[in-house]
Amino acid sequence: MKWIKKIFSSDYGMLGVLVILCVFFSWITLEEQQPEGEEAAEKLDQLIKGTFDQPGRVLIAGRKTDSGEAFTFHLNELLLGAGWEVIGVVQGGPPELGRGLRSSLEPNKSLDLVACEQSFVKLAVLQNFLNAQSQISKLKVMSPQPFHWPNFLKTSNLLNVANQIAVIAILAIGMTLVIITAGIDLSVGSLIAISAVLATWIIREWFGGDEATVAGMVTACGLAILACSALGLFSGSMIAFFGVPPFVATLGMMMIGSGLAYMLSGGLSVYQLPDSFESLGRGDDIAGIPNAVILMIFLYFLAHIIMGRTTVGRYIYAVGGNPEAARLSGVPVKKILLWVYSGCGALAGLGGVIMASQFKSGDPKYGLMYELYVIAAVVVGGTSLSGGRGKVFGTLIGAFIIAVIQNGMNLTGVQSYTQKVVLGLVLLLAVLVDMLKKRGWKLSL
Amino acid sequence: MNTESKHLLKLSGIDKRFPGVHALKSVDFELDSGECVALLGENGAGKSTLIKVIGGAHQADSGFLSIGGENQNWIKPTDSLDAGVAIIYQEFNLVPGLSAVENIFLGIEPADFGWVRRGEEKEKAQEVFSRIGAKINPNALCDTLTVAEKQLVEIAKALVRDARILVMDEPSAALTQKEVEQLYLLIDDLKQKGIGIVYVSHRLEEIERVADRAIIMRDGARVGELSREGLDRSKIIEMMVGRKLDNEFPQQNRIPGHIRLKAKGLNYGSKVRNVSLDVRSGEILALTGLVGAGRTETVRLLFGADLADSGEIELDGEKLVLRKPSDAIDAGICLLTEDRKDQGLVLGQSIQQNFGLPNLKKFSNNGWIDGLAESKSFSEYVEKLQIKVSGHQQLAAQLSGGNQQKVVLAKWLERNAEIIIFDEPTRGIDVGAKFEIYQWMNQLAMAGKGIVMISSELPEVLGMSDRILVMKEGELMGELNNGPEVSQETLMALAIGGKQEKAA
Repeated sequence: MKWIKKIFSSDYGMLGVLVILCVFFSWITLEEQQPEGEEAAEKLDQLIKGTFDQPGRVLIAGRKTDSGEAFTFHLNELLLGAGWEVIGVVQGGPPELGRGLRSSLEPNKSLDLVACEQSFVKLAVLQNFLNAQSQISKLKVMSPQPFHWPNFLKTSNLLNVANQIAVIAILAIGMTLVIITAGIDLSVGSLIAISAVLATWIIREWFGGDEATVAGMVTACGLAILACSALGLFSGSMIAFFGVPPFVATLGMMMIGSGLAYMLSGGLSVYQLPDSFESLGRGDDIAGIPNAVILMIFLYFLAHIIMGRTTVGRYIYAVGGNPEAARLSGVPVKKILLWVYSGCGALAGLGGVIMASQFKSGDPKYGLMYELYVIAAVVVGGTSLSGGRGKVFGTLIGAFIIAVIQNGMNLTGVQSYTQKVVLGLVLLLAVLVDMLKKRGWKLSL
Repeated sequence: MNTESKHLLKLSGIDKRFPGVHALKSVDFELDSGECVALLGENGAGKSTLIKVIGGAHQADSGFLSIGGENQNWIKPTDSLDAGVAIIYQEFNLVPGLSAVENIFLGIEPADFGWVRRGEEKEKAQEVFSRIGAKINPNALCDTLTVAEKQLVEIAKALVRDARILVMDEPSAALTQKEVEQLYLLIDDLKQKGIGIVYVSHRLEEIERVADRAIIMRDGARVGELSREGLDRSKIIEMMVGRKLDNEFPQQNRIPGHIRLKAKGLNYGSKVRNVSLDVRSGEILALTGLVGAGRTETVRLLFGADLADSGEIELDGEKLVLRKPSDAIDAGICLLTEDRKDQGLVLGQSIQQNFGLPNLKKFSNNGWIDGLAESKSFSEYVEKLQIKVSGHQQLAAQLSGGNQQKVVLAKWLERNAEIIIFDEPTRGIDVGAKFEIYQWMNQLAMAGKGIVMISSELPEVLGMSDRILVMKEGELMGELNNGPEVSQETLMALAIGGKQEKAA
């Protein structure tokens, strides 16, 4: 029990949980994998060089897909470079393979090797050909060796997890700050909708829809983020100046925001957007990592530095930890609250812009229930709802825990209804751990 | 157990310790039915702890408590209620959003399968109200009732529960003269009905009026008892303050200079009434009086923590407009609050962060904190003030009271404050750290700063200050230059009332 307490008691205790989850899902999604594309070609090349002492005549076959074409193209180059005589490259299915095999039959010249993707090996057309040739030549069929690797740990899947959680994780930065001040912001989901609709609406109405320039799109997104920041500032001033409980102030803003988004869009999607609008949400310009994920990571580092190294960050913790002591020490408590809520609004606005970019449209239904996932990420990440305690990177871990659980359950075919139950239980567990932590691990029944 | 007597309530040898405090020292107490006993004592004499033991909120470490001769062993808070004890605290225990009648029957509703018999409730409530002469609409929300009415609801609540022992903590504190008169009549009436009453109060004239006996406490022990006939102001004061003045205060030798801080005609509701005071350079001005006399409220006005209704504050001849604490801090006034845990420190943050909080402007460039400068400066104070810490990142919550106070002092010293207000600077602090804090106050005064010290500890007031202001019920009762002719008795006489003795 001691080590469990120790893990949970540290600031980033949930990191251990995340690791355990990753190991678990890796283990249960472990499957035989077929190499793809260039990687497959390289592996097969190694295999061929290990089997044949000297180059011969080869027929290369691959599917008519991107990875199949990459395979044949790359393998062709490799084998040519090694001195093989490539008598044909087949791209397609059984009929193409049959034609290729027949045309390879030249008098006095034997075919030594059919190098193909795994899916070709068992084809009847190939097996029959083999049987027919077995008396007169030593024809071999080789394909890249399959290997074992978890579906969960595939690069594409991991990037997918990161991309799917990016919006929630970015919103959760703002929510972490709000919750550290012992507040809550229920309006972030609605602000997503407003921002998505407003940004796309401005592009359509002011900057010519799908003819819009980059400068126009940037302006539109900037204005949408600014508008959300202003709405957050409004919630913040209700809280700071009139003492309205954050729950109520932001509940009101949640309804206002959702209503405004519907009013502006007339309840319809705004989709008249240039193709380049997608680059924020779907592009991957740096090392194949989605742009939204890079933005998310950048914002987390920024927030971490602000919270740890600047006066504003220090004041946010102080306001949440003990507002009266902070005030009596000269901390501008109200200003800090305004700053935090408008910052949270701006991040929600950014989340809305990213979502609009991901779907290449703006819709008032975006962001529905997102506030709950965002709060869940913050709480699971170890930030105390009573304020004064919490770390932004904890929140990132919390967001990833949620994303990994969702993704893992998708991979293992768990129904989405069951997924909700599991996520709810995880949230309760996180809060329970927080309570126990505060009470020094004593139960009081 | 008790064969010799059948007192309604009898406590014998009650002992209670809290960490660092011996709150009750083998206290005996007895109350007969139909009797009203006044419980008297200075702040911190142990009255509150004693009534909490009687009410079952605290459990004594040792000693016996019996009711009607039967020994009691209470575990749950409601056990004392079942035994017939009702406590009416100064802060009433009423749910504001429920009506008078709902509050009276809270927890004991007459009901059939969860359905409350509202008619019966109302009938009973009205009957009790008429018995105690209360004219209250049973359906009125408690929010809307006056203080006196709330008190009557509390009394009705006790009577409905067949309480035989009624403990009233400062019942007259917030009542008008007329309401107090009615309360006396009600107490007389309850006595007639055989109910025993414990009456906690500072006001001597009230005690003369209602009490049959007075029991006086000091430093957690019972020091004496006076019968109604023997109630005498000077005798009571003597018993209350008879604390020894020993050598626990550092020597001081200074001559106060010119006036630095000047406040004129400060008003804040009924808590602070027309208070004017000066603080001189190089002096320690003590502000004393009983709890609730308006001392803390007064200094909060000087610090901008609350906004005065009227009045002027000047520092070094310049008028100050204090809208928020940071205005006062910028001007050079700082306050070490009485309640360090709730107001002085952010307990969940490290001591270095607490130290830095008011000084971040100094330790930062364009918003970036220079942690190294902060740490370096804090190190100097840790050494200078001899703060016992395991490291700068230690949480403020983990420090002892004395070290917490030193951290608070360090943060204000770094701020280079000119006027330093200490509110009960040594409450909850052990003797060694106390002496160090006294030394620091003297040093600061020697350095020409103006020091204001609120204290309820009369020996501390006499031992430390150059001048003494005594407050009572929001007003200044007198100003005394400290000297051999000023005694604890003089101060207590001013604090508990009677301006006639102001001449002292």
